[in-house]
Amino acid sequence: MSEELTRERAQALIEEVLEVYPEKAKKDRAKHLMVNDKAITQSKKCITSNRKSLPGVMTQRGCAYAGSKGVVWGPIKDIIDISHGPVGCGAYSRGGRRNYFAGTSGVDSFCDINFTSDFQEKDVVFGGDKKLAKLIDELEMLFPLSKGISVQSECPVGLIGDDIEAVSKKKAAEIGKTIVPVRCEGFRGVSQSLGHHIANDAVRDWILSARDEQPFEGTPYDVCILGDYNIGGDAWASRILLEEMGLRVVAQWSGDGTLTEMENTPKVKLNLLHCYRSMNYIARHMEEKYNIPWMEYNFFGPTKIKESLREIASHFDEKIQEGAERVIAKYTPIMDAVIAKYRPRLEGKKVMLYVGGLRPRHTVGAYEDLGMEVVGAGYEFAHNDDYDRTMKDMKDATLIYDDVTGYEFEEFVRQLKPDLIGSGIKEKYAFHKMAVPFRQLHSWDYSGPYHGFDGFAIFARDMDMTVNNPCWSLFKAPWQKPAAAEPEQKAA
Amino acid sequence: MANIMIRKNAEGGLVFYLPKRDIEDNITSIEFDAPEKWGGELKLANGGVYYIDPIPAPARLPISLRAKRLDGVE
Repeated sequence: MSEELTRERAQALIEEVLEVYPEKAKKDRAKHLMVNDKAITQSKKCITSNRKSLPGVMTQRGCAYAGSKGVVWGPIKDIIDISHGPVGCGAYSRGGRRNYFAGTSGVDSFCDINFTSDFQEKDVVFGGDKKLAKLIDELEMLFPLSKGISVQSECPVGLIGDDIEAVSKKKAAEIGKTIVPVRCEGFRGVSQSLGHHIANDAVRDWILSARDEQPFEGTPYDVCILGDYNIGGDAWASRILLEEMGLRVVAQWSGDGTLTEMENTPKVKLNLLHCYRSMNYIARHMEEKYNIPWMEYNFFGPTKIKESLREIASHFDEKIQEGAERVIAKYTPIMDAVIAKYRPRLEGKKVMLYVGGLRPRHTVGAYEDLGMEVVGAGYEFAHNDDYDRTMKDMKDATLIYDDVTGYEFEEFVRQLKPDLIGSGIKEKYAFHKMAVPFRQLHSWDYSGPYHGFDGFAIFARDMDMTVNNPCWSLFKAPWQKPAAAEPEQKAA
Repeated sequence: MANIMIRKNAEGGLVFYLPKRDIEDNITSIEFDAPEKWGGELKLANGGVYYIDPIPAPARLPISLRAKRLDGVE
């Protein structure tokens, strides 16, 4: 729609969409929808987040197990993650995030293999501890090069009260490897967000301090990338920039990361935090225990990358600052060429986003670099501190929706008519059928990387490919088209 | 009582963080701010007031503590 999105119009739209709900549901959902106002510095005054989803609506959220196994633990390549419980949780969550890794699958890397204890009725009745112990023995025999094992609890484990900690400790002593029990049963919390927290706490308690006493050949330029899951190679595209400016990346958490890297992380000089939502907990812990400062950065789109590189460099000496300028000077002409090519094709297009932890705010800069405008943004599982950050990055009168329901999102899209939607797989086909260009922004729609300068070129190409794809005009069946527009055709 | 963390921000001010409630805000005033006695009532920019038992000033921040909510938003 060509008409400008004003505060009044956005507010009216929210009222209209809420109209169909029963009184109680309406009251509850109203708290999760807002129109951005840059004057407000505290999101809790105008939006409620991290609350239980309303029963009866379509929500896009996941569970604590998804947050722990799927997001934080899954990408660590040399740790075997056991989905401890019935087979489904592991089978249906396998490999969907495309966390790339360098290694040989099944020999020293285990990201794309599903390991499960496959609970049967008798395991629920008699307890699954024996089965877990047997499973660990089998793993040790079949995959001797694994560096560790994590036990990711599924719901039944918590319900029947299995003592996975005891099994883990006993077996860890037996096989001489790190075994981490993670209490991430799916019923905990309201979304995958608590799973991130539980996973962070498990890393803190079972892994982080393992090498505290060991010598480490450090440099003054050691950094760690936190919260980059190497989706489609994101972490690699980020890492080369940091290395080019003279920093040494000691660890990647957790995309293409290893157990050793994680154990060495307390030795770094600065933690670089990309996904605030899923890893701020461990960053805060390391700041307290090891005195390591942390900073958030944003590697989407040249404007934000340049800002971030300079900010990262400001924590170090002149050598790194020069390095940052050198990197920026090297890539600026390349990025200008990318923008010159795609901006004319994308200028003025409107985008609506509904993703997870950081993208609704982080990708805004990249869209703006391409001349696109974000008219709506929302998170599945953000907390208020995410919205505090989002409101600063968004334009006034942007629609902001928390844990948006299937109905609300479709209705917003019908009314605002964006030129592109960035969201997850559950929304993808609904919007495809509505003939709205759509990118799956959880795993970059089987493309990527999108981080870093290299990633931006791919990002720009993908957005152009989607928005300007001729297929979107072919969605109406010939007999539904207005008669005048349809030329007479002979039946084939 | 809730676990909180107090850290310094880039400007050198104190920041209050309550993970359970996602409250992260600047501390506008602290009742005791001396090397031998530090803590007491904390007033936040969002209007919240919390109390921590006075302790000798911590050697470095951040520090995790137990705090009691006295007043203000939750």
